[in-house]
Amino acid sequence: MAGSAPELSGRPLWLLAELTYRCPLQCPYCSNPLDIARYDRELDTDDWLRVLREARELGAMQLGFSGGEPLVRRDLETLIGEARRLGYYSNLITSGVGMDGDRVARFKAAGLDHIQISFQASDETLNDFLGGTRTFQHKLDMARAVKAQGYPMVLNVVIHRRNIEHIEDIIRMTIELEADYVELASTQYYGWSRVNLDALLPTRAQLERAEAIAHDYQARYRDRTKIIYVVPDYFEDRPKACMNGWGSIFLTIAPDGSALPCHAATSLPGISFPNVRDHSVREIWYESEAFNHFRGFDWMAEPCRSCPEKTRDFGGCRCQAYLLTGDAANADPVCGKSPHHDRLVAEVERIDALSDANAAARPLVFRNMPNSRKFLA
Amino acid sequence: MSAITRESVPALVPMFRFQWEAAQECHVLLYPEGMVRLSSSAGEILKRVDGDRSVADIVADLKAAFPGADLEQDVLNFLDQARANGWIRA
Ligand code: SF4
Ligand code: SF4
Repeated sequence: MAGSAPELSGRPLWLLAELTYRCPLQCPYCSNPLDIARYDRELDTDDWLRVLREARELGAMQLGFSGGEPLVRRDLETLIGEARRLGYYSNLITSGVGMDGDRVARFKAAGLDHIQISFQASDETLNDFLGGTRTFQHKLDMARAVKAQGYPMVLNVVIHRRNIEHIEDIIRMTIELEADYVELASTQYYGWSRVNLDALLPTRAQLERAEAIAHDYQARYRDRTKIIYVVPDYFEDRPKACMNGWGSIFLTIAPDGSALPCHAATSLPGISFPNVRDHSVREIWYESEAFNHFRGFDWMAEPCRSCPEKTRDFGGCRCQAYLLTGDAANADPVCGKSPHHDRLVAEVERIDALSDANAAARPLVFRNMPNSRKFLA
Repeated sequence: MSAITRESVPALVPMFRFQWEAAQECHVLLYPEGMVRLSSSAGEILKRVDGDRSVADIVADLKAAFPGADLEQDVLNFLDQARANGWIRA
């Protein structure tokens, strides 16, 4: 099969369909862009059906229905049905708000493969405070409904300074709910969480304790529940291989039809992202300037350009490089070789020194449309 | 857990979907937010894992499809590994 290998690795295997940025919750760590209020012209059902078909033709296998809250879309059942017909493995990534037991069953009948429900905390008051609305009891009910319907279930809890001390309770709750997978995902600091950085970044001591607890439960419950603990990269000295490389296997379609190599990429200046209203998925993936922008290694600056590790981490996250160094072509400053690394370490140490009372007293900026409009103004 | 034998009847764990991918020209296993590309021999074995046939049946069927190969031990090894990965029950 000479010649087919490069193309094989260059297919969009994962399609993330961000159906809407509307959401009944307001999590202050939300990874959506700050300008969500701009996305009021959503793709319609036919656009999405075409995107699903075109991406599947290119080889996409995994499909995430996400948002915002994808349950807001009334056509979700239709999209799920088409995804099944096309042979996708479809994942619904949801807060659980916007469905009931009947809808969970309808999704199953339409062919949905898996549901991931997010919790904000294991404590009702904290959960409802962080989400900005009362959802905790409903989430419990929905987790039970998902299991009752026989889906594999992932429970996802974003971990930060406001809930990290509860990590043991959180894990116990997910085990009681019979989750197949538990993602304890440290907040990634861009978008809304970057605005709330001082209030959300845990201390090193908190992290070490949480990690030890997570590893303990990982070992004890290996046969029942797979627990995945994601360390926040601000505390590391090598970056994550962001998206497995730009335009390598991930394709995100935002609610307005913009095609992105990563769901945070709209924050990057000077790149115009193509829209599925104007172009086919094939044109976008292979030919657009945006998807070729950081492909391969030629765009790299030093120290990445001559670094032997570049084939492993691709220089880290472009959005983080831009956010923290002002130039998206720089090394991700999480990397110890980056000339900007010291500044990141200093920032982490400054926040580490904030007393808990101090961090907790900081007002959180909640993710909602009125706040988004303030960022736009 | 005892080793898989000729009498074992393996079945795919329901969380996994096994299918042929034309674009990849290989069989894959799909599961929540993940995927595994399978080698052609792994694909040929898993294709025959249906919760009904025993390992002996699977080996016999493979021998008919690929004459001359002595594959029993390879099949047993692969199924042990597949069970350790959580893909099958036996
Ligand atoms: S993180 Fe919270 S606010 Fe953001 S989309 Fe998810 S549920 Fe909605
Ligand atoms: S210098 Fe660049 S390529 Fe090398 S390890 Fe750091 S981020 Fe990765």
